[in-house]
Amino acid sequence: MFNVRIHGRGGQGAVTSAEMLSVAAFDEGLHAQAFPSFGSERTGAPVVAFCRIDDEAIRAHDPITEPDAVIVQDPTLLHLVPVFAGISAGGYVLVNTSRPFEELMIHDLVDGLDPHRLVTVPATELSRTRLGRAMPNTALLGGFAALTGLVSLESVQRAIRQRFAGDVAEANAEIAASAYDHVREATGSHDHA
Amino acid sequence: MLRQIEGSRAVADAVARCRPQVVAAYPISPQTHIVEGLSDLVRTGELAPCEYLMVESEFGALSACIGASAAGARTYTATASQGLLFMAEALPNASGLGLPIVMTVANRAIGAPINIWNDHSDAMSQRDSGWVQLFAESNQEAVDLHIQAYALAERLSLPVMVCMDGFVLTHAVEEIDVPEQEQVDAFLPPFVPRQVLDPSEPITIGAMVGPEAFTEVKYLAGLQQLRALDEIAVLSTEFERAVGRVSGGLVDRYRMEDADIAVVALGSVLGSVKDVVDVLRNEGVRIGVVGVKCFRPWPLDEVRQALAGTERIIVLNRAFSVGSGSILGQDIRLTVAGSGSTVYDVVAGLGGRPVTRASVRTLIDDVIADKVDPDELHFLDLNEQLVEHELQRQGTPADVSDRLLHNGSARLPANADFRATGWPQG
Repeated sequence: MFNVRIHGRGGQGAVTSAEMLSVAAFDEGLHAQAFPSFGSERTGAPVVAFCRIDDEAIRAHDPITEPDAVIVQDPTLLHLVPVFAGISAGGYVLVNTSRPFEELMIHDLVDGLDPHRLVTVPATELSRTRLGRAMPNTALLGGFAALTGLVSLESVQRAIRQRFAGDVAEANAEIAASAYDHVREATGSHDHA
Repeated sequence: MLRQIEGSRAVADAVARCRPQVVAAYPISPQTHIVEGLSDLVRTGELAPCEYLMVESEFGALSACIGASAAGARTYTATASQGLLFMAEALPNASGLGLPIVMTVANRAIGAPINIWNDHSDAMSQRDSGWVQLFAESNQEAVDLHIQAYALAERLSLPVMVCMDGFVLTHAVEEIDVPEQEQVDAFLPPFVPRQVLDPSEPITIGAMVGPEAFTEVKYLAGLQQLRALDEIAVLSTEFERAVGRVSGGLVDRYRMEDADIAVVALGSVLGSVKDVVDVLRNEGVRIGVVGVKCFRPWPLDEVRQALAGTERIIVLNRAFSVGSGSILGQDIRLTVAGSGSTVYDVVAGLGGRPVTRASVRTLIDDVIADKVDPDELHFLDLNEQLVEHELQRQGTPADVSDRLLHNGSARLPANADFRATGWPQG
């Protein structure tokens, strides 16, 4: 079982992101379950969404408290919400920011985690440039695919095209690919998945 | 076809494939996505012929369904929480008139205080309404139960509630197979109403019945509801033949062979409980799960058989009858009375508090270690400090609050004599 927790703000597509990740995993023949944190969501408020991925059928429906990966869609949440709570020792962290991880000054928060698994993605920047909107979720999914290797970029792109249509789908698929390349470069893995 | 979709979306598709002719609903979280999905299917013509009625309230929704069903239409509605309570006046009319309406209850707590999250208080509050109440363990089962519900409702001329946990199931995106239209058509024949209101041949239904026959009418209604127990078992088998999947039934036994301990529950929490039971089984604990799929009518014989031979029974209630205790737990106590089994009655997961596998594990360990008193009602993961602080603030005498809170779990008497334990008044 691989547990993903996505932290964002209402309107950034955290719930959609979890859903697309589950579709990508399903597409690869894995079992997946995506669900929101069921709060009284409103634009700008901190939200959480979850995705479980497993090679066996998933029965449990309790929230994820010990994530194997944390995706932070908005860096302003880093000091506002305990985003890394319960993360496993080998956990992956993906933060949306144009700055490198070392400059985030959150060493105390990620103490004990493998530094090679802590990555930033300029997701908002990529989205603004290509889509004209700050919608970081698809870039982060591309980055997640590169960082964890759990799902392929192609599956993420198929999930994006299933969720969106036309130009929006294509733009988001490209954004995911850019983020994928960015993370592979950052983590030093240049071979093709 | 297996698809990765939201539970609500899958239920909307499944209901549509049952070809309802009238859908009347008023949106309320967490049912909203289901009725939005159906309204889309009617708008685009994918569900036709069907009239989607925009009603002004839940009372209007059920009243419209009663009228439509009495006029011979297959009807559907969905609600939750206070929406179900707003239907309460009309619920016994639907059952008393024998109208085979199917309704989804996306289970949600009842306020005040307002709470949009999941528990079973809403459906449990209407357990005596004369409706059949089925509880889905998973989104797949929710889909399958809706299809079975129409067959059950129409064979017996009784309304059926399909209860599925709000948010936990309705908003979860999972792999779900919605049976194909041909499969549903083969399983569910067109609706042939037992009685039809027709202006050209007027009849009266629901006429006044006086003291000379009201008891007999109710007696017969009780018998009619109990017939659902036979029919549900038959339908589950027929469904398996038609769709190739075991779904529904009265009671699900999981690893109950040779079990000394059983956990009994309804709804989506069963998945987490099964995960915990697998771990305990690997450690050599003889434990199993009894999932109650049909809550009303109460499958007394099947539950009794499923629990036969167990020494300890842990009941997880996702509702709390204030001033009385548990609801499922009392049914279980009556069912196993005289068997020698010890019942541990636990209220868990009220108002959306997650019932985590870790908490379930701790509870079972405590029961095995005799740390849980079977004569008292327990509250899983109760924040004792908060309760204690409030009791102090209210000026509750220390000896009273000590009795309410001791040995690591806050307790109320399972057998519900509150005066005897000094439950604070006012």
